[in-house]
Amino acid sequence: MNYPKAYFYKRIVQAKMYIDEHFAEPIDVHHIANEAFFSKFHFIRQFKKVYGRTPHQYLTHVRIQQAKTLLESNHSVSETCYLVGYDSLSSFSNLFKRLVKITPSTYLAMQQKRQALTQQAPLQFVPGCFAQRYGWKK
Amino acid sequence: MANSVVVSVCVSTAEKCQVVCKQKSSMISKMSHVSVYVLDQNSAYDFYVNKLGFEVKTDAPMGEEGRWLTVAPPDQGGLEITLMPIAEGMLFNKDTATQMRTLVQNGTFGFGVFECKDIYATYEELTAKGVEFSKKPTKEFYGIEAVFKDDSGNWFSLGQK
Repeated sequence: MNYPKAYFYKRIVQAKMYIDEHFAEPIDVHHIANEAFFSKFHFIRQFKKVYGRTPHQYLTHVRIQQAKTLLESNHSVSETCYLVGYDSLSSFSNLFKRLVKITPSTYLAMQQKRQALTQQAPLQFVPGCFAQRYGWKK
Repeated sequence: MANSVVVSVCVSTAEKCQVVCKQKSSMISKMSHVSVYVLDQNSAYDFYVNKLGFEVKTDAPMGEEGRWLTVAPPDQGGLEITLMPIAEGMLFNKDTATQMRTLVQNGTFGFGVFECKDIYATYEELTAKGVEFSKKPTKEFYGIEAVFKDDSGNWFSLGQK
């Protein structure tokens, strides 16, 4: 750690990684700021400077990304909603639609279709030259 | 009379432009896949997805032993990184597979340059996750650069945009 502001970066990154690990729990920004030895407003400002999002916006981003991953591994919409830390299915669905541009159920249906295709016709996803060299045939 | 001259010049320029555009459209327009040779696909999956935070683009089984695995950084767009296992088979024979594994393990290959928004924050996080850096973020005349290795031994430069 011999670069400028190393101590500062360590604290901000630890806060970010805390959100990454505890996204499903009720997260209090004030608590994270305290843990990182920042005042709440200074913490929010510095976090946004490094990650381009406020801690709250980042938490929402992580939750939606995790929701996509869960839907991709075939979890139901309601199960996904609770697993990423939301209590209300309608709030989750509205937020998901606002950020991903489609509803979680549409996203789930698309992923199920893609997975079925990956299993049944995997060569659709492989450039022909590789498939030929590996001897993968239809 | 003067007007008709101007018009004929415009048509001529437009025709030239059409010819140039046609030529351009028949040239290579983009790269879709790039291969990174890895020692073990499962371990590479863990490194690229769980440590670097890349997205899985395709993970498809290919028969009993084959697996088509591609990943990409979240903001990448169309390009997919194919994590190709070094194994005896269609691409390598026994000797070349052994040679290739040794070369990769020894850090012979640098596969590319990744970008991030804040190199110091990225360095801190990846270090905390166990990624090995051979060069910490350092100010060079071309910008701030760090260099890290993947779990196989391939190295990548990391820059800040």
